[in-house]
Amino acid sequence: MDVTLAKDDERRVWALAATVCDPEVPVLTIEDLGVLRSVHVADRDGAPAVTVEITPTYSGCPAIDAMHDDIVTTLTDAGYDDVTVRTVLAPAWTTDWMSEAGKAKLEAFGIAPPAPRSAVHGGDGRVGLGLGIRCPHCGSLHTREVSHFGSTSCKALYVCQKCGEPFDHFKAH
Amino acid sequence: MRHTNRAVSTAVSAETIERELETGLGRPSDAVARYALGLGDDALILAQRLGEWIAHAPELEEDVALGNIGLDLLGHARSFLTYAGSAWEKSEDDLAYFRDEPEFTNHQLFERPNGDFAHTIARQLIASVYFDALYGRLTASSDPTLAAIAAKAAKEVAYHVDHSVQWVRRLGLGTDESHRRMQAGLDALWPFVDELFRPDAAIEVLGDVAVRPETLRDEFDRTVPAVIVESGLAVPAVAPAAGGGRAGVHTEVFGHLLAEMQVLARQHPGATW
Repeated sequence: MDVTLAKDDERRVWALAATVCDPEVPVLTIEDLGVLRSVHVADRDGAPAVTVEITPTYSGCPAIDAMHDDIVTTLTDAGYDDVTVRTVLAPAWTTDWMSEAGKAKLEAFGIAPPAPRSAVHGGDGRVGLGLGIRCPHCGSLHTREVSHFGSTSCKALYVCQKCGEPFDHFKAH
Repeated sequence: MRHTNRAVSTAVSAETIERELETGLGRPSDAVARYALGLGDDALILAQRLGEWIAHAPELEEDVALGNIGLDLLGHARSFLTYAGSAWEKSEDDLAYFRDEPEFTNHQLFERPNGDFAHTIARQLIASVYFDALYGRLTASSDPTLAAIAAKAAKEVAYHVDHSVQWVRRLGLGTDESHRRMQAGLDALWPFVDELFRPDAAIEVLGDVAVRPETLRDEFDRTVPAVIVESGLAVPAVAPAAGGGRAGVHTEVFGHLLAEMQVLARQHPGATW
């Protein structure tokens, strides 16, 4: 296959795969999340053979199977019959891969987005101060963590002490 | 393909392992597979124990927390068991559901019964700090698959450490009753600490693929006793248990755990849902 054509194909496959949403946070696409890592189109006997790589947010994340199936369905519907989706562990996913657009969508959906990981974990020898988590409902920073562990692996449970509403916070990871 | 320079650039997954198995590449040696099996069994068995808490924890948030921690551990177990099984043409399910008691190589700590909540938290403190030290070091393994699984797991285990430390403080410094129960939990489980750090001849031969257990003891001893003391509790002075989990020797409760974990798969082999 012509190299340029393959690149065009890869761009098209990426755009298609990027429409698949996280089943547990349906406002986010797998591209927003940074779960979609790479797309490769090879030539197999004149037909395109597609390989899509995704990375789990957490080792035991059950949503990864649903994302896997949705990618295959989306690409098959678009005419790609030879699709392989690989779940890759390395390099390990981090919330720093989440797009700014994704973070904005999360907040609008009622989930407080993750802070940059570097601000939480330091990493360069400096000790970072945990920033207040903003309530996605009223915008107050007067919030409290109820539990480190929330409705899915990637979230913690918070409550706003101003408006009284509980909310999920996507953990920086 | 991707085998040159794998450690730096590539992706490792159950599917990768399966594909490489077809071409005869990427398959662990028997010795490396046995090492991965031990790590997988530790994570699997503790995940099973934590799952027993769901709908039984003292508060809803703890149902969710212990369930989440168990789910993380199950994810680690699946990766390790898939990798180990690729050496013997067995799937993760073959290894989890169709082995018998003497074939499981988990340390005995992880199979110990849940007891009350404080007892489980005592086990979580020991287990989480052990996993944290182990995965932190295994990230530098010369085996790229083990390094990749460890790098992912290390991030998750950091939350588990935090969860258990906070609870040990709260229970140790809480009421007389919570203090008494927290101390009882530590006393009951402390004999099973020693086994985690015993030298293992099967690991010695693996060089920089594996982490020698005895090298993790310092980090454990720097962390756990300090948490215990600052929580107003006493580090137990008890003799170590005989151990032998890595060699397939288990405590009397283990058969019951396996029966519950395996019954469905054995009654309906190959069932999916």
